Formats: sequence, C-alpha cells, structure tokens
Amino acid sequence: MAVCFLIPGPLLAFSGGRAAVSLDGSPQTVAEALDALGAVHPGLRERILTERGDVRPHVNVFVAETNIRDVAGLATRVPDGSEIAILPAVSGG
Amino acid sequence: MPARKLETPASAPLSLRNGDAILLVGTMKGLFLLGSRPNRRRWSMAGPFFPGSSVYGAAFDARAGRKRIWASPSSMHWGAELAWTDDFGKTWERPETPLVRFPEASGAALKNIWQIMPGRASEPDTLYCGVEPSALFESHDAGATWRLNQGLWGHPHREKWQPGGGGLCLHTILVDPSRSGRITVAISTAGVYRSDDGGKTWQARNRGVRAEYFPDPNPEFGQCVHKVVQHRAKPGRLFLQNHWGLYRSDDGGDSWKDIANGVPSDFGFCMGIHPQDPDTAYIVPLHSDMFRCTPDGKLRVYRTQNAGASWKPLTRGLPQKDALETVIRDAMAVDAFDPAGIFFGTRSGKLYGSRDEGRSWQLLHEGLPPIVCVKAATAENVRVHARAARPRRRATKARRAA
Repeated sequence: MAVCFLIPGPLLAFSGGRAAVSLDGSPQTVAEALDALGAVHPGLRERILTERGDVRPHVNVFVAETNIRDVAGLATRVPDGSEIAILPAVSGG
Repeated sequence: MPARKLETPASAPLSLRNGDAILLVGTMKGLFLLGSRPNRRRWSMAGPFFPGSSVYGAAFDARAGRKRIWASPSSMHWGAELAWTDDFGKTWERPETPLVRFPEASGAALKNIWQIMPGRASEPDTLYCGVEPSALFESHDAGATWRLNQGLWGHPHREKWQPGGGGLCLHTILVDPSRSGRITVAISTAGVYRSDDGGKTWQARNRGVRAEYFPDPNPEFGQCVHKVVQHRAKPGRLFLQNHWGLYRSDDGGDSWKDIANGVPSDFGFCMGIHPQDPDTAYIVPLHSDMFRCTPDGKLRVYRTQNAGASWKPLTRGLPQKDALETVIRDAMAVDAFDPAGIFFGTRSGKLYGSRDEGRSWQLLHEGLPPIVCVKAATAENVRVHARAARPRRRATKARRAA
C-alpha cells in the first residue's frame, strides 16, 4: 500500500461509499496522489480541486497531521504508507 | 461523550399530475419543490434536496417529452455543479465530472451557477446557463455536454467588468422566441449584452441605463443590472431593474426609458412580467443600496399595468408592519396560468404567492432557509399510472353494490 485517502461523509457518493481509499503505486507528491485518486474516482478529484487544479478554498488536505497549505501545497511530499485526509474546512453560514 | 450526528434530511419526491403548478425554490441550504393543483390553493412540498448547498439556479424543461428539473447546487466546500431529476426528486443525477467546467485555457474556475435556461421550443436540445465568473455556457445535446460561449468570454469589455455584491455573475438569460439568433444576457456589474448571431458576437445594450456609482453615469457598459424580464409574445418589450433605476425597452434593449414613476424607491432586485399582458410587470422596491430592506417596514409588491407610466402597491395579505424583508434578483416568478400566479421568496425564508395576479397574497411557507431563486412551471409529460387508478374504480363498484 502506498497511500490511503480518508474520505469525508459528503463525498462518499463519489467513492462508492468507501470512507478509505487505498492506492497502490508510488506517488511522490499530493498532486500525484490526487491524480491517482482521480483515475479511480474522478468525482472525488473534481470536488477537491478546481478545474484550475487548485485545492478548493474551503477544503483542507492533511498528510498525516500536516495541512499541506502549511508546507508545500500540492507539491507536499507523500511518504510511503501515508494517510491523506480530505477534510471540509470549518466554514459555512 | 460527543453527541450523535444527525442524519442528512431525506426527501420524498413530489407527486404531480399533468397541468399541475410547480414551484422550484432554491435556498441557501438546498432546493425545495412545491406542487399544487392548477387552482394553486394548497401546495405540497418536497425537500430539501442537496441539503447544505445553495441553489441559485433551477429550471423545468418539458420540451421533447421531458419532465426534467435542473438545479445548480453549490457547496462552499466542494464547488458548484449541474444536477437533474426526471422523476420530480425521487432520484437525482450528479455526474462525477461536473458538466460545467471552464476550459483550461481560460484560466478561470467556476464559482457558482446563477441561471439555467432552456432554449427555444424549436431547439429542444439547447440549454444555457449563466455562471460566476461572468460567463455563458451552452449545451446543444440536451445537457449532456456544455461549452463556454467564447464570443462573450472573449469580449474586449470583460477585463473591465467588476463584481457586485453577489460576485461577477451572469444572472439573466433571455432567449428571444421569435428571432433565432437573438440572446440577451445581464451581468452584475457589466450590464446588458445582446447577441443577434446566436452568441458569436455580443454588443453592450445599456443606452439610457444610469450607473450612478461612476463619474460618468452613462457609460457604454458597467451598469449593475439586477434583473431583466422579457415578454414572450412581444419579445421587444423588456423591463429592467437596475442598481438604482427602473427601465423599459420597446426595441429589444437598443434603448431604455426611465419608468420609475410613483415607486417608493427605484432600488430593488427582482422583477416579473405578466404572461399575457406585456404592459404589466411586478417589482419589490427596497429602501436603498445601503439598506436593502423593504421601505417603512412594509412588504409591498408594486405593479404597473401601463408599461411603467405608473406603479401601484399590492398589499392585501402582505405584512405592512415590522416587515424589513429583502427579495433578491431571482426570487420572483410568474406562472403561465390564467389568472397568472405571482410568487416570491424572501431572505428570511418566507414564500408568498398570489393566484389572482397580485390582488391578494398568501404566505405559502415560512421558516425556509434564505430564498435565492423561485421558478414557476406547469407539469407536463407526467405518466399516469393505470394501476394507481384501479383501487378507486373498485371502491366505486363496491359502493354501488352496497
């Protein structure tokens, strides 16, 4: 197992109902991992990233316990075996 | 111990017959569908669909035998998309890859879908939608695929358009039913643009519409047009509610005439036009841009029946005290029945309706999330189930036997 994405409830409709999606392969960065995720579940990638390829403003992506916005964004390195959590930001109205 | 999380609300579909009245009510927290017999006295409601998402756009498409409801849920977290149901909300289609996406070369990303508009009856597979940032998308295969209208996107004015309070949104699409190439759109804040060649080229059509927030109040473009309505049988007749200013055009938008005669304020957002009478239009004036509430705490719909020469308040059944309400640009609809029904929703979640062209009003629902769009339609192409009718016939026979 290379990486495992943790999927929030509102996106389960696009992961076949799976709260955790494990991907084989060796993605080096979050961007590569999201591309691999999108190849299996395109609806997930579309809702995490805009069509410009940016992480949506109110979505947080954590590699282990690190928010990728605090480090290198989509270029953040993904160690083998990482858990990548997709979390809706604390925002709304 | 943490509290148990509540389940997301589940919604039953709406049960309708051919000829029934339909209301599509988009709110900041989901879409609601309402249905009534043609007399529009009692309404049943289904929803919320897409709970938690705002729904600024909705449309009913009955062309080519369809009974399709389109909606544009927009999640603050996961983005905006087009979805549809062919069974009045029992099931919704949400494509994995959103249908409306800016092409990579545009450098833009979709923020919201403000308007969904079926095309002409003669082009039953054509649909349009207006989005933020300021673009028109079109489909010519019944919504299966969509493309950016490059003529408007490439307009030399575009780089000078400025976002209004709701963002840089293309919120109004008027498809001329009698001239095949003519489409009119309105953008806040860019103004009115019209194409006479099917969307290849676009020209600003704001002559006579003021922009009081510019040093030159009569620019070619840059007006903050809030809503434009068009009469279907007389498509040259348009009414326009501006960010300050009420206007009428009799030449398809080539020129505009100020018609703010006898209204408490010419600031407002929503607008409706009578389905038969091109001289009759409806508005809800608001105090001002700095205080976007109904003046004097009175919720009044104003109606003109003489093309704007004068306006009169319609108040019967509407609160005339302590009613500081806001009705935004797409939150009013006029149906096609005779007499016409007028419907509007408020930011405070109240839905009002009149089934007598505005003479009297009823509060149809309150306690809804803030209402951002109201669309009226007539149910068509509803399949009547023979099985559903059987028990009634048997009961009748049984009664006769008794």
